[in-house]
Amino acid sequence: MTEPVIQVTDVSFSYGNALVLEHVSLVIEPGEFVGLVGPNAGGKSTLLKLVLGLLEPQVGQVRVLGRLPRQVARRIGYVPQFPSFPRDFPISVEEVVLMGRLGLGPLFGRYRKVDRLAAARTLAEVEASDLAQRPIGTLSGGQLQRVLLARALVGEPEILILDEPTANVDQRAESDVFDLLAALNRRLTILLVSHDIAFISAYVTRVACLNRTLACHGTTEIDGDTVQQLYGAHVRQVAHAH
Amino acid sequence: MSGFFTALGEYGFLQTALLAGLLASIGCGVIGTFVVVKRIAFMAGGIAHSVLGGMGAALYFGMDPFAGALLAAIVSALLIGTVRLAWKTQEDTLIGALWAIGMAVGVLFIAKTPGYSSDLMSFLFGNILLVPTRELWLMAGLDLVLVTTVSLFYRQFLAISFDEEWARLRGVPVAFFYLLLLCLVAITVVLLIQVVGLILVIALLTLPAAIAGHYVHSLSAMMLIATLLGACFTAFGLALSFGPDLPAGPTMILLAGGVYVCSALVSQVFARRRAARQATAG
Repeated sequence: MTEPVIQVTDVSFSYGNALVLEHVSLVIEPGEFVGLVGPNAGGKSTLLKLVLGLLEPQVGQVRVLGRLPRQVARRIGYVPQFPSFPRDFPISVEEVVLMGRLGLGPLFGRYRKVDRLAAARTLAEVEASDLAQRPIGTLSGGQLQRVLLARALVGEPEILILDEPTANVDQRAESDVFDLLAALNRRLTILLVSHDIAFISAYVTRVACLNRTLACHGTTEIDGDTVQQLYGAHVRQVAHAH
Repeated sequence: MSGFFTALGEYGFLQTALLAGLLASIGCGVIGTFVVVKRIAFMAGGIAHSVLGGMGAALYFGMDPFAGALLAAIVSALLIGTVRLAWKTQEDTLIGALWAIGMAVGVLFIAKTPGYSSDLMSFLFGNILLVPTRELWLMAGLDLVLVTTVSLFYRQFLAISFDEEWARLRGVPVAFFYLLLLCLVAITVVLLIQVVGLILVIALLTLPAAIAGHYVHSLSAMMLIATLLGACFTAFGLALSFGPDLPAGPTMILLAGGVYVCSALVSQVFARRRAARQATAG
């Protein structure tokens, strides 16, 4: 039997007095594409940070690839929701992508030839080769998203974790990103956070709904009841076809 | 100005001063760039001012103020860095407190040091003309430490300056490199204190790099241009101050400040033009 890629067991977490996760358990198997949905402040980003090892659970345990998240962080590719850097930083796209190779080469000196080749290859994969020499501050939302995806992929991760990857891009770019993710899913396990439950259900293999506690569904089981349980009564479901 | 060049050939102390300025500008370009992009000018100011405590104590106990300054700068960098890492919410207040406490300690020590005590002014505003020749070697040594450390760990310093969270995920020991960077800032502060004194350090640490940042979009280019600008400001500042017998430090700072303001205005105009061209083209 294969070992689960991500195993969250009975985890609770609170910031000060605010309990954001309560007895959450989640198992993700190799090759899955899991969509994590839920209302704002429902604990989605917190759960991601626990899986990445940026936070430690107060109760319960998190295992990634069978080990503590901190020990395997380099085998995870992460695309944050908000870039955690100033947009006017003097740095080129290529240099940003190269940061995904940190910790792979020797401790000292500059990036190696193999790192630069990997960066070029990954930028080609996300169709952003032409951006390589652009300063990061000149990119549009969609372009930046591709660059952040390249940074996450260039270290050849086994797991890809994305936090609202399409929050700041237009709709056409959004479906481009999802087509790309569907292709990547052939070699990677993907965990993706989104508030757009209807849109992602066309792509993912499973949806996990998080609002402090967790409920899992196959994509076929999502209906009005589930959505209402999760978001409360004021959500209208919009019929749509892809 | 031509009088300066004649005098430069004649007086050894002027040559020493010029060299001291050039040596300081290496630190100001390389580390100043990090101070600007990582926005830690306030911390650098805190380190610079609390150095007076170390200088005063060294003077009181009859030691070399240069050694006292270096020790105090490193201690204060580590304290300020730890404060930032451990109590992020009260960062400003705590750094402000260290800033003032360091200065108060220094002033008390200097007041109680027997004998001639005009040193306070040269600590505060620097006196590049009084840099002893042997200190040039110390300054060159410190430059070597700065440049070697930055080139060995360029990737890590770039990563923690750009995106700390990402650096942590890639296994970079962020706290260690953060404290190391602050120690390099401390060394640079000590270098620059020789030239412009501890009050004016912050200007020479930030202005050349900030001007470079108006025109280039890579960290290494910023370092190179900031170093060249630092060299220009110290050399021309020294030359300009020589004829009318002005204090050299403030002259350098006014020169740097003037160029910075002009550059900020010019780059603003350029940015607007570029935007307008984009808008009409698109």
